[in-house]
Amino acid sequence: MGIRFILMVNKQGQTRLAQYYEYLTIEERRALEGEIVRKCLARTEQQCSFVEHRNYKIVYRRYASLFFLVGVDNDENELAILEFIHLLVETMDRHFGNVCELDIMFHLEKAHFMLEEMVMNGCIVETSKSNILAPIQLMDKAS
Amino acid sequence: MAGSSLRDTLFQRTLEDLIKGLRMSFIGETAFISKAMDEIRREIKSTDPYIKAVALQKLSYLSSLHFYGMSFAAFHVVELLSSTRFSHKRIAYHCASHSFNDTTPVLVLITNQLRKDLSSTNEYEVSLALECLSRIATVDLARDLTPEIYTLLSSSKVLVRKKAIGVILRVFEKYPDAARVCFKRLVENLHVSDTQILSAAVGVFCELTSKDPRSYLPLAPEFYKILVDCKNNWVLIKVLKIFAKLAPLEPRLAKRVVEPICDHMRRTGAKSLVFECVRTVVTSFGDYDSAVRLAIAKVREFLVDDDPNLMYLALQALSVAAPKHLWAVLENKEVVIKSLSDLDPNIKLESLRLIMAMVSEGKVTEISRVLLNYALKSDPEFCNEILGSILSTCCRNVYEVIIDFDWYVMTLGEMSRIPHCRKGDEIERQLIDIGMRVKDVRPEVVRVGRDLLIDPSLLGNPFLHRILSAAAWVSGEYVEFSRNPLELMEALIQPRTNLLPSSIRAVYIQSAFKTLIFCLNSYFSQSEIISSTSCLDSLVTPASQFVPGRDFQEGSDLATNNASAQNEQEEGFNPRVLNRSSDDISGDDGEEIGGAFCGQTSRLASLEMNVLTDESVTNVLNKIELAIGPLLGSHDVEILERARNLLSFIELIRKDIANFSSQMEETLPRDETEAFKIIKMMQDAFSDELGPVSVTAQERVPIPDGLALKDNLEDLETILPDVQLPSSISFSLGSALQDETAGVPFPTVQNKEDSEPSNESTFLLAEHRKRHGLYYLPSEKNDVSNDYPPANDLKSQGNAEDLVKLTEQALVPKKKPNHAKPRPVVVKLDEGDVVPIAAKRQPKDDLLSDAVREVLLPSDTKASSSHNKPLDSSSIKNKGKEKVNVDTPESKEDLSIDKQDNRNQSLRKSKHQSHGKDRKHRSSRNAGDEREERGQEGKKKSSHRHSKNKGRQRTDVPQSVIPQTQVIPDFLL
Repeated sequence: MGIRFILMVNKQGQTRLAQYYEYLTIEERRALEGEIVRKCLARTEQQCSFVEHRNYKIVYRRYASLFFLVGVDNDENELAILEFIHLLVETMDRHFGNVCELDIMFHLEKAHFMLEEMVMNGCIVETSKSNILAPIQLMDKAS
Repeated sequence: MAGSSLRDTLFQRTLEDLIKGLRMSFIGETAFISKAMDEIRREIKSTDPYIKAVALQKLSYLSSLHFYGMSFAAFHVVELLSSTRFSHKRIAYHCASHSFNDTTPVLVLITNQLRKDLSSTNEYEVSLALECLSRIATVDLARDLTPEIYTLLSSSKVLVRKKAIGVILRVFEKYPDAARVCFKRLVENLHVSDTQILSAAVGVFCELTSKDPRSYLPLAPEFYKILVDCKNNWVLIKVLKIFAKLAPLEPRLAKRVVEPICDHMRRTGAKSLVFECVRTVVTSFGDYDSAVRLAIAKVREFLVDDDPNLMYLALQALSVAAPKHLWAVLENKEVVIKSLSDLDPNIKLESLRLIMAMVSEGKVTEISRVLLNYALKSDPEFCNEILGSILSTCCRNVYEVIIDFDWYVMTLGEMSRIPHCRKGDEIERQLIDIGMRVKDVRPEVVRVGRDLLIDPSLLGNPFLHRILSAAAWVSGEYVEFSRNPLELMEALIQPRTNLLPSSIRAVYIQSAFKTLIFCLNSYFSQSEIISSTSCLDSLVTPASQFVPGRDFQEGSDLATNNASAQNEQEEGFNPRVLNRSSDDISGDDGEEIGGAFCGQTSRLASLEMNVLTDESVTNVLNKIELAIGPLLGSHDVEILERARNLLSFIELIRKDIANFSSQMEETLPRDETEAFKIIKMMQDAFSDELGPVSVTAQERVPIPDGLALKDNLEDLETILPDVQLPSSISFSLGSALQDETAGVPFPTVQNKEDSEPSNESTFLLAEHRKRHGLYYLPSEKNDVSNDYPPANDLKSQGNAEDLVKLTEQALVPKKKPNHAKPRPVVVKLDEGDVVPIAAKRQPKDDLLSDAVREVLLPSDTKASSSHNKPLDSSSIKNKGKEKVNVDTPESKEDLSIDKQDNRNQSLRKSKHQSHGKDRKHRSSRNAGDEREERGQEGKKKSSHRHSKNKGRQRTDVPQSVIPQTQVIPDFLL
């Protein structure tokens, strides 16, 4: 599976984006997000960005007020996932211009669209920013 | 109608309105959302696709961020899916992939819509459909849409092709037979130069390989090429993961790829790639020394980096390497130990794991001492992590690393007293287990048990109850090693035991029973001796008056009597047990504890003899009656029954004892009374030794002569065919160690002079008695903790540097001449210590690997598919068709495969007829060449082929290595 889910959570612990690559019921999601937020947001900057949770790992990174949390299988490369998070942020930066929490809130669909270009079935399939953004730009032009 | 629609359109809240409203909602979020949900429910039913689309958009927003269910909207999603507007379609697909699952009933309705979109000329529509399919595909969808996906796998549009590759994983998972159709095309995508496609394909293979590496071994040459040629780090990381799985299966492959991996490790600047190389090497290339050294060098770079991420990963890599390359850990031990006091609990945990990996026979004492001291000042969670890992490391493989069991048992006792200790269950298990297995350590086990039992404050901590239960059990079972059984008895029936749960209280009562039997037995036996030597009573009476102020009569007896006439008398006894233990102790006479211990031993030992006067025995009986009596009203059967046993027993012997003490001189000798006989009998029963019981013990009990077990049972079976009788029920448990049961005599006394002041714990108990039934003040707790390990002072200084210094000494492998004590015998059961794990690895009937193997290794298709379906002529025809189709333009292919797919799901390609065609097709690609050569070879040499046929049969059992090992060298080398 590789990546199991991608979450964006703000400092207050509110979910701003949730993308799951395996089906979970609403209740399971709520429980999972609660646990993860409690575990990860309590950690300090000096601590490492990896947390073991249940039978998988969470790789997370904080950008300003937003936490990016990625749940991955145990044999996934943590550093690569960190790079992936960074790539995601850079891509959104390029599209929104200095992305912030509000951009993601009001353009949740676009954020999902970018993710869909980057990850499929839990595998990272695209890592080039211009390739990721091409369809979105096209759609923006069309509408 | 048109008017209302217009109004709805004009006044419908958009998603943006919803979000804004949420952000500044004055009526509270929940109320606002439920209002919005009402709106959505209404709007979603609209016939206007615009309104429906916006409603769904809002619904999916609320569903994904505010946990509102949207299953009610499933049908509306399907409706919107057929919209011709791209933006509506997009919303619908988004909703579908977020909310549908295998059980969604409307899924059956979307097959045709998906098929239509998959064949659309608009690549973005295709990609939407693929994206959605990768999330929601069910068995039916995967089966029905396989032909479309097959076509898209060689689409000329990169975007589409990439996503078609991405969807494959889900399709294979749901419908393994799709591999028979699509797998070749998937493999072809490994040969393209486009990085996007390659990266997607490698990603898929990485996942596939991790599930079943062996099937993908034949693709090693392709992966090798990527490993050498590719410049993209993402792809390289995936390929490395694939090789980490493949290399252990095929040594020659490992030999070949280890060099390129090392090259990457040296050359690249990307930490993620370096780390992946390191991890690959330590997990799968442990035999290549130079590679491992290089990897460990990289690990060291990570370890000294400031980045906590790198530190954490480096520690992880080390713990992977540790089992095979302990030197790697030892080389970095300073850093490892330092990180035990890191800010990050995750790093601390990794460090702890590594430290435990360094434990070996010689070092276990020191490392444990350091860690225990560290545990004392850690937070509760980490403290228990430390305790847990010490416990599990020490008991590994029947206490393999422990030489000095006295130390270990003492350590267990110390652990129990650590305030945060939550490892009661494990400590309980080990205390009992060691007691049973290691005969020589029993005196120490009993001593530790006594210290725990005697401390009333421990009873208040529910986490210690299990440990106390173990302590009570060992004290009762091995009471002959106790230096003061009466004191033990006091501890077992002290009032605070009512804090214990009933199951443990039952253990206490049973132990009290055993102890009582033991005391009485020695009381009676002792009297014989007394009558033969000199009169003890005359000694005792003045002694007890010596300290008249005390309630604690036995205690004062103990304390005062010591120096007097005992010694001569005791010499006659040849005290088997205690003599030895005192010898052991005098070995480390230099140590303070040792000295104190000696003193205590001898004193208590001597006391014990004195204690058993007539008064003290009656006294004990009274006390038991007083303490146990109320339990006759207990509601717990275990307690009730045991209490009743004990009291009835006392009643039984009471009269005799009373008679006896009143008119000792005149009556018949003690050993002829009724009571004595009963006691003797009970003592014999209790002294039967319990040993560790093998799980296979029953099988090994020899059948006594003349007992025709089998015949009987066979007869029984004919009579009662339904009833299963356990074959040797009468031989259960109990005397696994028959040879040791030679009734241990009551402990005898020791001839060392004693001048120590009254022992602290004894004193404590006396205090307790004074306040009988009252709870204790905290000050006494402090007294107890004085028993703590002498190394306690470390605690005050405790920082990382000290720890390092201390472990520095601990970890240096040094010879320790002072501990010349040989390791005591640990009873090990040959095979019964571990529940035998059925070592059968069920060859799981993995359809996907079957299918993949069929495609990759055409020569064994027949064998491996034969169990799916009998061969019939139509399927052969189909097969021929499919093979031709591989080369033909897409449209035609579609049809034929669709047909064939529906008709014959497990289609089977067989043999050389198709093989030949396949070769022609492949030969244009150079990477596939070698494989075909193998095929040719097989054709040419009939003998060779014969052997392959053999291999073919063997692949029926997926585990067999042979066929593949034959295959690989042809590919790679």
